[in-house]
Amino acid sequence: MIDWQPLWLSLRLAGITTLLLFFIAVPLSYWLAHSRQRWKVAVEALVSLPMVLPPTVLGFYLLLAFSPSHAFGRFLDHYLDTRLVFTFPGLVVASLLYSLPFMTGPIIAGFRGLSPNLRAASRTLGKSDRTTLIRILLPNIRPSLITGAVLCFAHTIGEFGVVMMIGGSIPGQTRVASVAIYDEVQSINYSLANHYAIALLSFSFAILLLVYLVNHHFSTSSTLP
Amino acid sequence: MLDIGFQWQKGRLLAIYGPSGAGKTTLLRILAGLTTTDSGFIEVEGETWLDTSRRINLPTRRRSIGFVFQDFALFPHLTVRQQLEFALPDPKNKAIVAELLSLMELEELHNLRPALLSGGQQQRVALARAIARRPGLLLLDEPLSALDDEMRNKLQDYILSAHRHYQLTTLLVSHHLPEVLRLADETILLENGKITAQGDPAILFAGRTITITISKNP
Repeated sequence: MIDWQPLWLSLRLAGITTLLLFFIAVPLSYWLAHSRQRWKVAVEALVSLPMVLPPTVLGFYLLLAFSPSHAFGRFLDHYLDTRLVFTFPGLVVASLLYSLPFMTGPIIAGFRGLSPNLRAASRTLGKSDRTTLIRILLPNIRPSLITGAVLCFAHTIGEFGVVMMIGGSIPGQTRVASVAIYDEVQSINYSLANHYAIALLSFSFAILLLVYLVNHHFSTSSTLP
Repeated sequence: MLDIGFQWQKGRLLAIYGPSGAGKTTLLRILAGLTTTDSGFIEVEGETWLDTSRRINLPTRRRSIGFVFQDFALFPHLTVRQQLEFALPDPKNKAIVAELLSLMELEELHNLRPALLSGGQQQRVALARAIARRPGLLLLDEPLSALDDEMRNKLQDYILSAHRHYQLTTLLVSHHLPEVLRLADETILLENGKITAQGDPAILFAGRTITITISKNP
């Protein structure tokens, strides 16, 4: 009998991560796209790190960081009465780090694809950078924002290595779909594993289809009649 | 590298003329605060916009300017009317928008986005948007270079009309001699980053030598 909880947990994790990352990634991407500080390259490399790092490496260091026997974990435990290891909030924090480049990548590309004169024009009209970002730039990179959000969502759904390291596979808390598949395979319940796998596969394909459809729509609707 | 200094009066139209690469656009962008300079001083009607020796550099958005870019830089997602409303400090002042639409003959196009406008129409929108705030200084960066001759002449009318109607102080960058002769009260010749001549365009260009050779048909 299929238990929908892991799939629901995956969706929740991906949804919350995507929403939070949107508010983090937009200002960060704006800065990375426009700043001329030389050390910006270092930040860009740091942000992109999760894309090339084996997830277990990130998971390992997060495990150490979150652990109450180390400084950060102890601080959380003592002052905020929170534990991040083996909890859903811990997965969210890990996902924020792990999926960040999937959100910033398309958004930075979107910003860079705009004519720099748009920003300049807005400034000559007396507008602040904040107003320019919200009323001029963001509306003109809608496809990039959608792509970023969708890729981030899909990537978080598929997270496994990091979740395994710091999640602990606790049902209802951290036993997301990708982990459930692993568990069921370990227990030789191939049929159940298959159910979860097909659900994830179909979902991921649907997401990609959506991204390509949206981008196709935007690129064709901008041509002159 | 630019090495220039000049003064001119409020209410006049000054043209900056010179070959490509002379520094005309750079000069305009420095005036607008869009480009930095190592050493410079800009004062407009008693207000210091730039003084590198005293580390004063008023940001673009605090300078009272209107800027028309060579590529128009219209906001792709806004209609003509919305471009003008965005420009206004008080968007509810519909009277100014109506006046601008009328002056630039854009009333029929007010609901269209830039992608559906011709080059000449886009230029008029860019001009209307730049003057919406009644800027102390109107900067035009080769505004008509993307247009054909017929459109050019019409647009020159609009520029003159706007300049006179709102009594603006206008700085026009152009490498089109007839345009300079027609529009400018005064002209600066910029070559290799230096001002090589300044004055009434008719007199300035009258002194230039013209060589014409007409060959016989073989």
